[in-house]
Amino acid sequence: MPPVIGVLALQGAFAAHAESLRRCGASTSEVRTPGDLAAVDALVMPGGESSTMSQLLESSGLFTAVAARISKGMAVLGTCAGMILLASEVLDGRSDQRSFSTLDISVRRNAFGRQIDSFEASIDTPEGPFHGVFIRAPRIERVGPGVDILGSLDGEPVLVRRGNVLAASFHPELAGDDRLHGYFVSVVSPGDVPDGHHRAGAGPAGAAVDTRERKREG
Amino acid sequence: MMKGGVIMDVVTPDQARIAEDAGACAVMALERVPADIRRDGGVARMSDPEMIEGIKAAVRIPVMAKARIGHFVEAQILEALGVDFVDESEVLTPADETHHIDKFAFTVPFVCGATNLGEALRRISEGACMIRSMGEAGTGNIVEAVRHLRSILGDIRRVTQADSAELFDWAKKLQAPLPLVQEIAETGRFPVPIFCAGGIATPADAALAMQLGAEAVFVGSGIFKSDPSTVALRAKAIVEATTHFRDPHILAKVSRGLGAPMTGIGMDEINQRYAERGW
Repeated sequence: MPPVIGVLALQGAFAAHAESLRRCGASTSEVRTPGDLAAVDALVMPGGESSTMSQLLESSGLFTAVAARISKGMAVLGTCAGMILLASEVLDGRSDQRSFSTLDISVRRNAFGRQIDSFEASIDTPEGPFHGVFIRAPRIERVGPGVDILGSLDGEPVLVRRGNVLAASFHPELAGDDRLHGYFVSVVSPGDVPDGHHRAGAGPAGAAVDTRERKREG
Repeated sequence: MMKGGVIMDVVTPDQARIAEDAGACAVMALERVPADIRRDGGVARMSDPEMIEGIKAAVRIPVMAKARIGHFVEAQILEALGVDFVDESEVLTPADETHHIDKFAFTVPFVCGATNLGEALRRISEGACMIRSMGEAGTGNIVEAVRHLRSILGDIRRVTQADSAELFDWAKKLQAPLPLVQEIAETGRFPVPIFCAGGIATPADAALAMQLGAEAVFVGSGIFKSDPSTVALRAKAIVEATTHFRDPHILAKVSRGLGAPMTGIGMDEINQRYAERGW
């Protein structure tokens, strides 16, 4: 059985993540309850409103269930709000906002500004430049020991990793570039997926769609 | 990033905090909820900037605000205030009976209402980044939103089945730009997100909109015009229902003990249909 990658589907950009993962050859499943989580091998936590997701994690019973799976070594990719959920310290969040404290990083919520300040920029990674879509994005203000910086923007970390836990402050699912998802799939199923084999460009129509989406999404 | 979320109408910073506490993914800052605009009559305009700023300061989630149809100066003011989205809204009294705002002239993204696919595509051609059903705001009656969603989503399904020659006729019938019609046919999907608005009053209403194919919901009068003692509970229940929209057991659980929803209005009782605004 090939591994199934769950996409946390409480709120936010979960559908776009699932599409990227499927283009990389992964099976995906939406996760809204602890029962859904039990059926997946890895988890993507998408962008959305971190306070909304945090509250829905509590009420669904998923917070405890996800924390337990992460502590047992489940691979996780968190983007934007998903990165906030993985951070050990959240600045400018709500006082009751909880996170899994999986990565020793400090992140500041919405530090790149409001919707109108959203921007796109090229990120430096060991695999070459990656198109970064930043929407009301959190900023990584501190990276603790043991956390590797995989991508940076003007010298600032925007993509980090510790073991099989990855976090990005941008939206790779809107970039029309599936390399990061391909990398995550290869982390989840080592050996099954050849490295660097998953570059899938969105067609011209897709790119046009993305342009409108980026301006809108938050 | 509002997909799968609930955008709530609020008129005070306190209401905005209740909405954020309940898990709203954004709030719509306005002076009067649609039910009160309907009751009061007169001309409904953009809200006072001071009031919008008060709400912006109260929450960390995105804040939207409404401009009148065609009133591009209200939109300029809202952009200057730094709101996250502008809703060019039929709930306010239209300022222009022919032209909508040229939304490409702005950096701030716009959401616009639509009752059918042609109207939705015309709004996109003007620069809208998000479409919502109009429904019939302030009525607590979901029937019009269902009509609009079924019309838009049903026609999208039909366009994806059309052959290339038929697309010209679709563009003509819809009074919509051909390239957008062709894009739907090629990609099999609508170019921007489609949300539901207008008449949602209960968790079941929100889940109905989501099951019909809406990607998020706006709740206007439905929360703060319901039983005041259970407003926070109802807001939270609608958020839960929007996430767990396919799970009737969770829907049953969150629908319990919410007190009385807003009384609502039947379509044959109203004298002004906001959804007729828009051209």
